Amino acid sequence: MSTGATVIAGCALVTFAIKAAGPVALGGRELPIWFTSVVVLLAPALLAALVATQALADGDEIAIGADTAGVAAGGLVAWRTGSIVACVLLAPAVTAALRAL
Amino acid sequence: MAQDAGLSKLETIVMSAIVYAGSAQFSAIAILAQGGGAGAAIAAAALMNSRFLPMGVALAPSLRGGPLKRGLQGQAVVDASWALAARPDGSFDLRLLFGSSAAQYVTWVSGTAIGALWGGALGDPKELGLDALFPAFFVALLLNEARSGRARGVAALGALIALLLVPVAPAGVPVLVASFAALVGLTRRAREAVLESQEAEGEAR
Repeated sequence: MSTGATVIAGCALVTFAIKAAGPVALGGRELPIWFTSVVVLLAPALLAALVATQALADGDEIAIGADTAGVAAGGLVAWRTGSIVACVLLAPAVTAALRAL
Repeated sequence: MAQDAGLSKLETIVMSAIVYAGSAQFSAIAILAQGGGAGAAIAAAALMNSRFLPMGVALAPSLRGGPLKRGLQGQAVVDASWALAARPDGSFDLRLLFGSSAAQYVTWVSGTAIGALWGGALGDPKELGLDALFPAFFVALLLNEARSGRARGVAALGALIALLLVPVAPAGVPVLVASFAALVGLTRRAREAVLESQEAEGEAR
């Protein structure tokens, strides 16, 4: 097999296994309160980490840039108006405008 | 980008169709482009995808059916659809999850095909500010999700953990480790809050 095909097959297998693990091991039954209590908080933890690594970092270094300002502007609009659509339209627009300067 | 790493146009499209995890595909290809081997590329993809482990754990109680069916349903998890389907009470809107994942799958595979076949003709996505789109979407969802003081504290802690790890850990690991911020839920007061909200829900029915 070529390197390309090996990498594609390998990536497909590990991705499948990682995505299947939680649902196969834990699905389809009632779980104790302590577990629910942690699960409820997984979404805010993961969402905040995704925002931080995408808007405040570039690869393996901390980077504040036009995208940081764009995301901040979008976040402000979402917070004031509650509109997700306005947020995702404004953020790239502000970022692109700052980069065009 | 994939072709700089030695993948053919067909291989690039096939990769999007069967791996369907953008950031993992990018990290694997970045390793190949830097001259790394197949093993290193697959390991990078696995680390990048490790955040789907806690997402799958969170989703699990909302799934029904046997292990095989649940494992297949788990394949629908990608960042945006998982975040969109998450309800503040910890359960998931499965129709929203599958619907938004299906729509994104079509967009992703066709987008890859367009990029692979005619990539040179398109502009730089960064010039259009498109790299700000997903984080902005996640900010909006986070504002909606983090209504309690505890959830906001966990969000701040998760962001802090991720940022501290960015310079020192391989890509993907910062987000995975940030999920440990949710262990705040093990405190007695957090468990009592969940019990109270479940009881309130029970009375409302």
